Amino acid sequence: MRLASSRRGGRSSRRSAGPGETLSSITGGGSARSEGGIRVRGLAKTFRGPQGPIHAVRGIDFAIAAGETVALLGPNGAGKSTTIDMVLGLAKPDGGEVSVFGHTPREAVDAGLVGAMLQTGELIRDLTVREIVAMMASLYPDPMDVDATLELTGLSATAGQRTQKLSGGQTQRVRFAVAVVSNPDLLVLDEPTVALDVEGRREFWVAMRKFAAQGRTIVFATHYLEEADANADRAILMAHGRIVADGPTTEIKARVGSKTIRTTLPEADPARLVALPGVGSADRHGDAVILSCTDSDLAIRALLEQYPLARDIEITGGSLEEAFLELTSDPDVEEAEVMAR
Amino acid sequence: MRGIAYTRYELLRTFRNRRFYLFALGVPLVFYWLLAAPQRNNHNFANSGLSVPLYYMVGLAGFGTMVSMLSAGGRIAGERQAGWTRQLRISPLSVRAYFRAKVMTAYAMALLTLGLLYVSGAALGVSLPAQRWLEMTGLILIGLLPFAALGILIGHLVTTDSVGPVMGGGVSILAFLGGTWFPITSGFLHTLGPFLPSWWLVQASHAALTGHGWPARGWITVAAWTAIFSAGAAWAYRRDTNRV
Repeated sequence: MRLASSRRGGRSSRRSAGPGETLSSITGGGSARSEGGIRVRGLAKTFRGPQGPIHAVRGIDFAIAAGETVALLGPNGAGKSTTIDMVLGLAKPDGGEVSVFGHTPREAVDAGLVGAMLQTGELIRDLTVREIVAMMASLYPDPMDVDATLELTGLSATAGQRTQKLSGGQTQRVRFAVAVVSNPDLLVLDEPTVALDVEGRREFWVAMRKFAAQGRTIVFATHYLEEADANADRAILMAHGRIVADGPTTEIKARVGSKTIRTTLPEADPARLVALPGVGSADRHGDAVILSCTDSDLAIRALLEQYPLARDIEITGGSLEEAFLELTSDPDVEEAEVMAR
Repeated sequence: MRGIAYTRYELLRTFRNRRFYLFALGVPLVFYWLLAAPQRNNHNFANSGLSVPLYYMVGLAGFGTMVSMLSAGGRIAGERQAGWTRQLRISPLSVRAYFRAKVMTAYAMALLTLGLLYVSGAALGVSLPAQRWLEMTGLILIGLLPFAALGILIGHLVTTDSVGPVMGGGVSILAFLGGTWFPITSGFLHTLGPFLPSWWLVQASHAALTGHGWPARGWITVAAWTAIFSAGAAWAYRRDTNRV
């Protein structure tokens, strides 16, 4: 009962914002019903596999404050989806606990506080886009307006189409609409842009940020560092079922650190290039030279000073895979891994 | 009552699916006319005491409604494979409301099949007092309960690849042993039949004639299968929480 009344309180505060106000002026996140945010303690999950047990999640802890947008970052198999399944109550943890706004995941879901776009999922057929969104809206105590949802997710023009006739990108938008029409305090997105092209991705994140600006708590899983960087306040980096880094995305990027400079430089000697300030190692592939940098700013200045003929210069950030190798070879983590065995 | 809106959309989806019309409604009708029309004047089919049009009307009603009930379960297999059931599990829609929507949709399909067969039966000379029609319909609807549960059980156990053969094979065997195609009056099959729920579905036609309904054994058999399949369906649903 307490849950129901506190929810009503939150609702009226959100609704009180008039149509003329901007989305960002509405702060639903601070409402009483989303107090406590999300807390995960000692969460663990093991699956039985053909070659013995698979430790998908090995005891993780994190807390997400109400109103925060957090990226769950990691390569395939890091344990992101399993973690999300446990936060949503779709999978039962083998150890540890999850609390969503002070409730169990099941209670939060039953109260209509949670909306989610799962990683895999098609739409049921024989309904129009508008009907499937309206159908989902009918399941929640306090849904968003169907037209407003279609507008937000860029589906107004396709509202009358049958779900089985949509393109991959449109299907993904409908799945997003299904997640947000519930008017959730917590929105969970598991690799939401997997099926989208570049333009689709851009539009998706614009819609997501618009939604986030209403003070919602958002958790999304991705294996793209750029997506986390551009759309989250904070990233939780996972590898092999553990959290290897947790902080603002800029911090994670700094930890990932190493950038690579590629250039065409036929006459250079790798042994001399390594000696340049900010360069960690140098490789030669034909005429091309690849410098792995500890400080790319220093390195590029020194390079151009000493080799003004260097051309076709590219500087690229470290990939997540590299970040992983780096962060998972951290001696602390390795030690913990050994202890876990 | 949030589940009601959901049921409405389930019905809408079902009646928009043309393949459903073709098979769930068309096949029993075609069989009915093929089997019953040539013998429309036979009033004592294989010494059963029933006319051929009445016997096959109820037999095919049993078959057609059985297909309706089980195919509702078959759609669950498709929704599971698509990940849709997982999407529903993270909504406030209760398990009970979800199954109620499935069963109500299945019954709506079954009633449509029944209506069409009754009209066809009347066209072939089946004539019964209103009370008999109602009793027979009531028995058929009750006799479908085990199949509603069986459909859900199958829907949660099999994949979309195998749901067709499982359903097709299951319906054929149950319909044959239940006496859909011809009366089973003696032998091993006659001993086996009354243990099956499909047998009592077909036996609803006797109620139409005598007004006596099922003997106690019929009620017990139907109740037992409903309990068994419901327990199975609940078990299958619970073990099915993981990603498919």
